[in-house]
Parts: sequence; C-alpha cells; structure tokens
Amino acid sequence: MTAPVLEMRNVDKSFGPIDVLHEINLKVHAGEVLCLLGDNGAGKSTLIRTLSGVHKPTRGEMLMDGEAVNFSNPKQAQQMGIATVHQFGGTYPLMSVGRNFFVGAEPTKGWGPFKVFDRQKANAIAVDAVQKFGITRITDGDRLVGGLSGGERQSLAIARAVHFGARVLILDEPTAALGVKQAAHVLRIVNEAKRRGLAVIFITHQVMHAMAVGDHFAVLIRGAIAADFRKGDKSREEIADLMAGGESMADLEASIEGYMETHEGHPPPAH
Amino acid sequence: MTMETTSQTSKPARPAATPSFSIGALFRRPEVGAFMGMVLVFVFFAYFGFDRNFLSPFGTSSWVNMASTIGIIAIPIGFLMIAGELDISIGAMVPAAKMSMAIACGYYGLPFVVGLLITFGIAFVVGWINGMLVTRTNVPSLIVTLATLFAVSGLTLFLSLLLTDTTSQALTSPPVAKFIFGDYHFWGFQSSVFWWIAIAAVLYYVLHMSPWGNWILALGGDKESARNAGIPIDKLKISLFILTAMAAALSGVCETVLSNSATTTTNFALIFNCIIAVVVGGVLLTGGFGTVAGVFFGTATLAIVQQGIGYTPFDRNLSSLIIGVMLLIAVLMNDTFRNMATSMSTSKKGK
Ligand SMILES: Nc1ncnc2c1ncn2[C@@H]1O[C@H](COP(=O)(O)OP(=O)(O)OP(=O)(O)O)[C@@H](O)[C@H]1O
Ligand SMILES: [Mg+2]
Repeated sequence: MTAPVLEMRNVDKSFGPIDVLHEINLKVHAGEVLCLLGDNGAGKSTLIRTLSGVHKPTRGEMLMDGEAVNFSNPKQAQQMGIATVHQFGGTYPLMSVGRNFFVGAEPTKGWGPFKVFDRQKANAIAVDAVQKFGITRITDGDRLVGGLSGGERQSLAIARAVHFGARVLILDEPTAALGVKQAAHVLRIVNEAKRRGLAVIFITHQVMHAMAVGDHFAVLIRGAIAADFRKGDKSREEIADLMAGGESMADLEASIEGYMETHEGHPPPAH
Repeated sequence: MTMETTSQTSKPARPAATPSFSIGALFRRPEVGAFMGMVLVFVFFAYFGFDRNFLSPFGTSSWVNMASTIGIIAIPIGFLMIAGELDISIGAMVPAAKMSMAIACGYYGLPFVVGLLITFGIAFVVGWINGMLVTRTNVPSLIVTLATLFAVSGLTLFLSLLLTDTTSQALTSPPVAKFIFGDYHFWGFQSSVFWWIAIAAVLYYVLHMSPWGNWILALGGDKESARNAGIPIDKLKISLFILTAMAAALSGVCETVLSNSATTTTNFALIFNCIIAVVVGGVLLTGGFGTVAGVFFGTATLAIVQQGIGYTPFDRNLSSLIIGVMLLIAVLMNDTFRNMATSMSTSKKGK
C-alpha cells in the first residue's frame, strides 16, 4: 500500500495557554475524500490551517508521501501542491478578478529583475476558470471582485484552489455561501479531483454534502478525533449525530419540539 | 422556452474585451478624478493668477518644486495607506536627515558620501523600528509612528545640542552633490523635481506592474487572506516603512543641500500635506486601493493651491479653506468609488 499523501501524527496545537488540537492522527490518500466533521469551534479550521502551513504544530509531525515535512509558511505548502480554500475571505474586493486569482502566485513576463505582472494571461486564465465553474456572468478579468455576489466570490476562491492544487485540495466549508446549483457543482468538482487522483479534505456542516462525496470521515470533538470511519460503516443518522458533536439529533429535535409546545410555538432563542 | 433561447443568444461571447468608455466609468477611476481636480484647480489659478505670472517659468517651478518635496514622501505614504498603515514619523525623519547630513558633513567635515550613508542608515533603522513595532505589537501604526515621531524629534534635538551645541547647522556641499540633490536647474526647477519624477516612475512599476504591487493591494484588502495566500505580510510591511523613512530622508537631503543649512524643527505641516496629497489622490483611507498616478496628481493639486494663491488677488489664508473643501470632496468621491466597486453590481441587462 502506498504512503498517504498527507498524514498527521500525534499533532497538538495550542495558542499560548489555549489548547485547540490534541493528539491528531489523520491520513488522506490519493484519490480519496476525507470529510472533516465537527461542531462549531471543534478545531476543524485550525487543523486545516496547520496542514496548509499557516500555523505550525506545537507538537507532533506531519508527513507528505511518507516523509516528514515542516512548512514554515503557506507558500511552501502551496509549492508542494497543497491548495486551500479557507473558511473566510480569500478574495479582495478592490482588486480585479485576474489579480485576485493569482495573489501570491502572479504570472510574469519580461526579463531579469523587470518582471511584469502578465495581466492578460492572468485575466484569461481566471475568467476561464470561473466560467468553467458555471459563473458565466464574469466575462471581464479586469472587473473588481467587490461587485460580485458572495457565492461568486466563493466560487472564484474555489476555482483558484482547483487551479493551483496539484496534489491536495483542502476546502473549508466551501458550500456555505453557495446556491443549490453551485453547491452541487462544488461536489462534482470534489469528485472530479478525486478521480484525477488528488487527495481532498472537505469540511462541511451538511450531512448530505458529506455523504455525497466522502470516502472517509473524521469527527472532531473539542479538538480531538472522536471517530474515524469509512464510508458505509455508519448510517446517515449516526453521522448526523456525530456532526452535532455527539448529541443525538433525535433528542435535539425532540427538545426543540418540547420547547415550542411549552412556549406557544416559538422556537428556542438562538444561542 | 423561447425566453431561454433569446437570453442565450443575446449574451455576447466576450463583450468586455474592450472596456466600454462612458463618462461614468471614467469617474469610477479615482486617478481620473484626481486628474480632473488638478486640471480644475490649475485652470482656476491660471485664470486668476495670469496677470501675476502664475504661468511663467518661475511661477510654474514655484509649485512644482513644492510638490516635489512632498511628492517624494507622499507616494511611499500612499503605499503604506494602501497596505492599511500610516506613517506620521516622517515629520521628524525629514529634520533628522537634514541634521545628520549637516552635522556629518558640515560640522565634522566628513565626505558627502559618508554623510549620505549615515543619513540613509538612520532612516533605514527608523523605518525598520516602525515596521517591527507595528507588525510585532499590533498597535495601530498611527500610534506607533506618533510615538516614533516624538522619539525621533527629541533625539534629533538632543543629539544636535550634545554634538554641536546648536539647533541649526550650515552645510556646504561639493558641486556634484549640489547638482544631484539641491540645485536650481532650467526654469528654476530644483533637483528634487527630478527625484520626484524618477521615484514616481519606479514606484509606478512596483505598484501597477510588478507582482509586489499585487501583494501590497492584497495586504490592504484582506490581511488574513493575504497571509493565507503565502504573502510574507510582515516583511512586506516592514519594507514599506523602511521605504517611507528613506524617502523622507531623501527629501530632507535635497532640502538641506539646496538651502545649505539644517534646523531641528519638526515639520508637522509636512505630515498633513502628505496625507492630504494621498487622499486627494484617491487612495482609500481603509486601504486596499490606490494608484501612483492619483497620488502624483493629488500632490500637484495641493501644491498648486498652496503656491498659486500668492499669484492671485485673493487672501493667502483662503488656500487652507480651498484645501479643506477639496479634501472633503475627495474623501466623498473615494467613498462613492468604494461603494460602487463593492456593492453588488447588477450587470447591464438584468441576466
Ligand atoms: N489564533 C488563535 N488563537 C487562539 N485561539 C484560537 C485561534 N484560532 C482558533 N482558536 C480557537 O480554537 C477553537 C477552534 O477554532 P476553529 O476555527 O478551528 O473551529 P472550527 O471547527 O473551524 O469551527 P467552525 O465550524 O465554526 O468553523 C476555537 O475555540 C477558537 O477560539
Ligand atoms: Mg471553521
């Protein structure tokens, strides 16, 4: 059996006194989709930020193709073929579509120290990539991203990662801002990436989306892996319960109904 | 069914290959706004100042010279503002550079080049300290550089008194140095005018053509995303602070060599002038957007108003009123620009 593309061994991450991740052991193989599930604040984003070189693990090691790696910055991770769509941001409203697409990896032309940002090439590639994504409204790479909708911006960020992700694609709640059609498209892209032999790490709060693409599921509860299983090992309901942080969905629903009965049909206040 | 086919066929394949030229679109580019403002102000002063030779070579060089001493610093300040930061310590960096030149070369008689090395070395350190403090502490750069403004100005005064026992110092420079940094050339243009143009050209390349420009815009647009995209944001910020301090030093060197003297007086007006030039030039106070051409025009506009008023029958003090009004208009226009750019633009025909 070949070594996993990306592996974490006993990784801890703390920010000063705050421990966020404990003893994380994870593997993702080529051509496989790992779904990372867990409640808000469980540490999913922290985990993938560690994988993509934004944070350094406090303890433990990370391996790529079986060899220890130590990313000192996100650029190194990118250069090794790991592309990440982070949960928030990822686009710059007052920059053009073409410039947005290539932030940190600008195509240049010219010679010696006088390299010039190749605007035409950047625009053409960026427009092409987002159009393939089904965002046909974008035809001009010079357009400022601020004028796009949230979902269009999200699509731009995903298209960017797909363009740069040679080995590993990490998507942190990519479908959160998307419409049904675009969300379905993201899932198709995940499957396509898998078929092309990429390793994919996919974070979502939607059971349906997780079930649709996941081969392998890891559930994070308060920074530790609480369950790690393969597709078909658990039922939909069990997965939904795990995604709610271990509480039973049936119980939750029952408690909401109970609340509404005693409070004249009002749902419980958010919080 | 028919609806769908029409909407399919009516959609042009690549409609926006050539950006459509409308007056509205033109005004959406802030540097165009800055340019129009400059033309407007120029025409105004050319009309009212015609009798008093505002358009003569001497009248022209009077405002261009003033613009150059501000402009050399304003463009780097503009870069910082685009990146989401500010540097007001330049108000002390300029006199510090002047004094360091005058003390090194005038008082101790060191070679001019050594004076330059010392002066730019000091500027490098000041910029580096500003950058380190801002990136390491996360204290807003306005406060950090307010602190270094006073620290540098205090140190300049203290060291001048300690070393030379005076707060002003004469300096005579060799002819070559005079020619390069501080002489009057044709039409009465100072050497600093050529430095200004050269710096504008180089920084135009950096911001609009090189990949670094993309990094600066991204840094000001969304710091976290820029970090995630692998941009060395701390290094970039520190470099921008160093660039600004060095530019302030250059402006100071030019002034000292020109006037053959230096004083320790902190230049508070310069701080305001730079910020006004940058904002009138269309740089957003919130960062993330700006152009070199805009700042260039903004600087020229400011200088035309401040110098031009002397060529008109109007009271000198009215220039501040004009600048105040201009600044307000510019801020409102920049705001409108940002809102237009970031609000969901419904594209031309529904769709
Ligand atoms: N830089 C940081 N410094 C201190 N604490 C942090 C930092 N980053 C994250 N945390 C903490 O780590 C915990 C996990 O955060 P994280 O963003 O990884 O959660 P998540 O699983 O992605 O949640 P969500 O589903 O809401 O996106 C949170 O309690 C958060 O406050
Ligand atoms: Mg998260």
